[in-house]
Formats: sequence, structure tokens, C-alpha cells
Amino acid sequence: MFDAIQAFLSSFLYDWLAIVITLVIQAVMVILPIMLTVAWLTYAERKVIGYMQVRMGPNRVGPGGWLQPIADALKLMTKEVIFPQQSNKFLFIIAPVLAIAPAVAVWAVIPFSPEVVVSDINAGILYVLAVSSILVYGTIIAGWASNSKYAFLGALRGSAQKISYEIAMGFALVTVLMIAGSMNLQEIVEGQQGGILNWYLLPLLPMFVVYLLSGLAETNRTPFDIIEGEAEIVAGFHVEYSGMTFGVFMLAEYAMMILISFMTAIMFLGGWLSPFEGVPVLETLFAWVPAFGWLAFKVSFLLFVFLWLRATFPRYRYDQLMRLGWKVLIPVTIVWVFVVGAMQYFQFGPWFN
Amino acid sequence: MVKFIKHQVKTFGLLELFKGLALTGKYLFKKKITVRYPEEKTPLSPRFRGHHALRRYENGEERCIACKLCEAVCPANAITIESEERDDGSRRTTQYDIDMFKCIYCGFCEEACPVDAIVETRVFEYEFHERGPHIMTKDKLLAFGDKHEEQIAADRAADAKYR
Repeated sequence: MFDAIQAFLSSFLYDWLAIVITLVIQAVMVILPIMLTVAWLTYAERKVIGYMQVRMGPNRVGPGGWLQPIADALKLMTKEVIFPQQSNKFLFIIAPVLAIAPAVAVWAVIPFSPEVVVSDINAGILYVLAVSSILVYGTIIAGWASNSKYAFLGALRGSAQKISYEIAMGFALVTVLMIAGSMNLQEIVEGQQGGILNWYLLPLLPMFVVYLLSGLAETNRTPFDIIEGEAEIVAGFHVEYSGMTFGVFMLAEYAMMILISFMTAIMFLGGWLSPFEGVPVLETLFAWVPAFGWLAFKVSFLLFVFLWLRATFPRYRYDQLMRLGWKVLIPVTIVWVFVVGAMQYFQFGPWFN
Repeated sequence: MVKFIKHQVKTFGLLELFKGLALTGKYLFKKKITVRYPEEKTPLSPRFRGHHALRRYENGEERCIACKLCEAVCPANAITIESEERDDGSRRTTQYDIDMFKCIYCGFCEEACPVDAIVETRVFEYEFHERGPHIMTKDKLLAFGDKHEEQIAADRAADAKYR
């Protein structure tokens, strides 16, 4: 589709201009829906948590409160951005940009359906890991530039936490790569063809849990949100941020949350594959659902799980968090790497052939 | 050893986490207790202590006899009373002010009153935006009582056997 647009544009424009315009169109088509999803994810979060606490959540703006995100966005955009005295203005402004840029850039390789992916590169997983770990710079620089003790402590905690959990996350991905034999996200999804039993969920069940947990830690969601623990360090690395600079941090956090859900769905839950493949009646019954429909369904379920976890569990203490990361998750992943190796050697189940 | 294995199964099976999730999952579908305030309101007791009012007898005579018991009992010193002899020889107030900023809505004035003149009503939706109007004068209190007399009488009747 984009090739056609590019060909059409280059018929009356310079070639390089046609390429740039096509790229911009692609970027907007990916970023805009994500930003809208983020907006209503905040609404869904408040609603779900509210319902689990036997209250109604936002219900004032628009019917059922579903215009609340727009009101929030307007409020954030019109508020003043306050610069703390003696803060480093340049770093202070650049930090939210460094947080949001990788959170948006990773979407370039995510396959939304068999055809729709901005750039189908072979080292897809590597790209996602590399770009999403740049996110930690946003946190560190925000904490440093604020010239505030709380922000600095929050940034220290956040960077230590993110780096620790990235190891477990990386090992969990190694097992996926061992089964799939490819780093290309499209090929990983295609490797799971043939119904629920062929998904990587079953042979990699512990890795699925580890990936979800480290995903929670990566995105600073409860129960791992010590980075912004209200009780001890007020709001962590973004205490000093107000208005839209704060909003951008929030955007980045929620965009990363959606990304983790997408990655989990793609690597463990068969991506855009139908769960009814190979089931006689249901397969024809649900044949009308588009590939993206299944992916969206799986992602929404995972996002709901994220919110559910937040409504259920209290925050981890810092040393417990580090213990879980280093002494539990990393050994578990290393053991499972060997288990997957053994399964591979003995051609175990439908996954290895 | 068995204990150790049991513990490990429990920990790595995330059993307790799933228990917690099941609990919150159950609450997701429970009936919500939120009251959407301006549209829905919670029921009020007949003993509710809101805006004050001065009552009259059925013949239109004001009840207050300026005994100043309410002024004496008021813990916040919110009530100011001046009295004089009226032309017919009965004692009546010339000034009956309640400072609504000082008032703590304890209901002692109502309890102290021997003739049920000063009462606190169910009305709680009022506000003051500046100094001045917050002093409830005798005229205002009497007018307020006239306006809500039906409700006030009903509330006193409902509570009569406990007084």
C-alpha cells in the first residue's frame, strides 16, 4: 500500500520528497492510534481499578465518563511548565523527549497483521530490546536535571531496577529465539501456526510469567513501581515535572505498557493468529475476524491483566524487588534455557521440528 | 524435605497471587456503592443537623422567648441574642444572630431549647462566598423556618418518642 503511495507521489514530486512523505504518513499512522490508545488506556485503568474497589471511577465528563482523557489532556496542555531553580534547563526539557522517543520508535518493527508492519527487519527482537533500553536515559536525566533529592533517588532506583530486569527479560527472549530460530517478529508469529497447542505459551510457560513480570518492572507498573513510591519519594523521578512535560512521561509509560503487551502477545500467544486454528467448527465460525482483531483481543486482555495486577498487589519493597530480579527470575530463566535446549535436542512436542 | 517442596510449589505456582487476583476479579462484578451525588442522594436521618431555622407556633407567634439557653450552651459562641420587653409585656428577642462560620453543628442549641424554637434542618446545600451573609439574622432564620416548616415538623414528630 505504501509502495503505491510512494509511486503516486514520485510521479509529480522529487523522489526523495516522496520517500520522506511516505515515511511521515507511515509514522503518523502508527503513532496516532497508539497515542489514542494510551489516552483511553488511562481511562480504562481508572475504571477497572474503580470497579475492583466497588466504586465507579470517572463518570462526569461525557456519558460514562469516556471523554475524561480529553479533559485530562487539555488540562495538562494548558498548565504551566515549572522549571525548578538551578535545574539544568536543557536536560530538564530533553528528558521527557528521551523517554517518549524510544517508546514510539519501537513500534517500527511490531507486526500488526501479516502485511502491516512499518519495517520488516530481521533483527526485530534485538531492535526492540535495544531501543526500549534507551528509555532508562529519560529516567536518569529527568532525575538528575530536576536538582531534587526525591527525583534523584527515584531515578537511581528506577535505573537499577530497569537494568536488573532487562537481564531476565533478555534471557526470556533467548528461549523464544531458540524455539523460533529467528529474530524476525513475523517469522516468530508464523512459527506458532496451528492452534493454541502450537503457541510458545506452553513450552515457555515460566518464561511467559517471567516476561510479564519483568515487563511490569520495565514499565514501572505496580507492584514494581518503587520508582515513584508516593510514600517515600513523593513521585520519584518526575516530582518536579508539571504540565505537558509530565504528560509526556505518562505517555511514554503507557506506550511502553502497550508495547510489552504486544511483544507478549506476539512471542507467546501467537500474535495475529487465530486461537481456533485446527478446531473444526470454531475455525470457520470465526473466520471473519481479521488478523489484527485477534492481536488486538490478546493485547487488550494482557493490558487488562496489567490493570488487574495494579488493583490487586501492594508495592514491593526495594530489596525484595532486587532479590526477585537477581535471585529468582534470572536463575529460573537460565534453567529454562537449558530445558529448552534439551527439548530441542529430543525434538519434543510440536514446537521443535 | 516435604515441607521444602511444598513451599517451592506454592511459591513458583504463584498460588497466593492467583488467590488475590481472584478476589479482585470477583469484586469487579460486584454492585457499585458510588452515589452520583447531585443526581442521587443518600437518605438523611430526621436528626440530621444542617442549616438552622427559627420556628413559629401555628398561630404565627414566634416560639423563641429569649431565654438565652442556646447562647449559653453554644460551645463555639456562635449565637448572639439581645432581648426586650414587647408591647404586650412578653419577652422577645430583638436580635438573634448565628455566625455560620463559627457554628460547629453540634445541635446543642436545639437540645437546650425549651420551646423547640431553634432547630437544625435537613438542608445542607448552602454556601457563603463572602463575609456578611454568613451571619444568619433573626429575620433570615424565621423566613427559613417558615419555608421548611412542613419538613421540620415531620422530623420532630418522627423523633418525638426518643426525646
